[in-house]
Amino acid sequence: MHLEEFAEGTSFLHRLDPRVKFISVMPYIFVIAFIQGLRGPFLALMVSLSMIGLSRISFKKVIGRIIVVNAFILFLWIFLPFSYPGEAVFNIGPLKATYEGFLYTFSITLKANAIVLTTIAVFGTTKVFSLAHALVHLKVPNKLIHLFFFFYRYISVLHEEYTRLKNAMTIRCFRPKTNMHTYRTYAYLIGMLIVKSYDRSRRIYNAMVCRGFSGKFPIVSHFEFKKVDLFFGFFIIVITFTLAII
Amino acid sequence: MHISEGVLSAPVLVAGALLTVGGTALGLKKMDYEKIPEVAVLSSAFFVASFIHVPFGPSSVHLVLNGLVGIILGWMAFPSILVALALQALLFQFGGFTSLGINTFNMAAPAVIAYYLFNFLIRKANHLISMLAGFGAGMIGVGLGALFVAIALVTTGEGFLNVAKILVVAHFPVMVIEGIVTSFCIVFLKKVKPEILGEVGR
Repeated sequence: MHLEEFAEGTSFLHRLDPRVKFISVMPYIFVIAFIQGLRGPFLALMVSLSMIGLSRISFKKVIGRIIVVNAFILFLWIFLPFSYPGEAVFNIGPLKATYEGFLYTFSITLKANAIVLTTIAVFGTTKVFSLAHALVHLKVPNKLIHLFFFFYRYISVLHEEYTRLKNAMTIRCFRPKTNMHTYRTYAYLIGMLIVKSYDRSRRIYNAMVCRGFSGKFPIVSHFEFKKVDLFFGFFIIVITFTLAII
Repeated sequence: MHISEGVLSAPVLVAGALLTVGGTALGLKKMDYEKIPEVAVLSSAFFVASFIHVPFGPSSVHLVLNGLVGIILGWMAFPSILVALALQALLFQFGGFTSLGINTFNMAAPAVIAYYLFNFLIRKANHLISMLAGFGAGMIGVGLGALFVAIALVTTGEGFLNVAKILVVAHFPVMVIEGIVTSFCIVFLKKVKPEILGEVGR
């Protein structure tokens, strides 16, 4: 499982202080989610696209990610224009597609893509552990960050366990079909995965106690607030206010 | 079942975020430092398992498992599901950061309800009753989850009514499959490692 595929790179977005990213961009994406109409979302989308350009990540991979979001949006396009009261544009049988319905759905489409592109360009370009480290500085509860840390650390391990169990099933000629046997087999697979993860967590805890874990992870690299961070933060705040006003 | 960014209205997003903050605070309170590895590695297991696609007729459905998460983790289902959804929002753009609160609530609240309805039954009763309780937990996890998603959509705008109805109906088969898988899984755990069902979530 290669998870952090956008995090490798050297653009200025990759080098930004993650603390600045959280403080400036979190309010920004919430403002995008809250605004209505077309002008604001359109401006936001333009800003997001330029951020993707600046991050110099593979455009092809970004498109792949965007498709997931737009599958849900497409589902909305099938229904929303017909269920919104307003002026009719055309009719299919008893169904009336309204001008307002189209505008509303289009606005949602712009907003969703603007937020997702920003998320990829800004948060995708930092390593997950650096983001977690930044959250420590931003006073997110320690327990929650520790939980996230171990959770993320052991996904690949558990995925390996899962692959091993799955291979064992395949070797024994397991073919998934729509029947009770299949569901029971998958249930036991999940059960086994849970048992293994529980046993592993006991070993992890004991190993940590043996090494004198005191509830703190020593970190070698520290964040550094640079001029470019100040500039980026200021720019995002200006854009945020612009969006809120127009 | 996660609602993507930009769809829901501000009041729904804020209400969801507040409810999730509350639930997570309660969950974190129950989770002592020594429990963190347990809850975290179990969360990794659930995360991996939720990518399993089980066949359903010509198509397939992926497991949600929030009923099972609830039975095992109790209130800690909130932080557990929160970190999983945060990672999905970050890495795969499923759901999103602005809808993280409401999406977490929609999955974690049914999990906690499943815990209170069925956990004591599963711990005390025989295998047959545990099996039924497990089925109920799986059904309730997905069923209530879909219902909460529908409510969030309809509260955003009346225009979402049709979308919401279809969403709920589409989850009926998932509810049954989820119920079956959860019930077998619960009985398996009861035979192999009963302490997982009793001690972790308390």
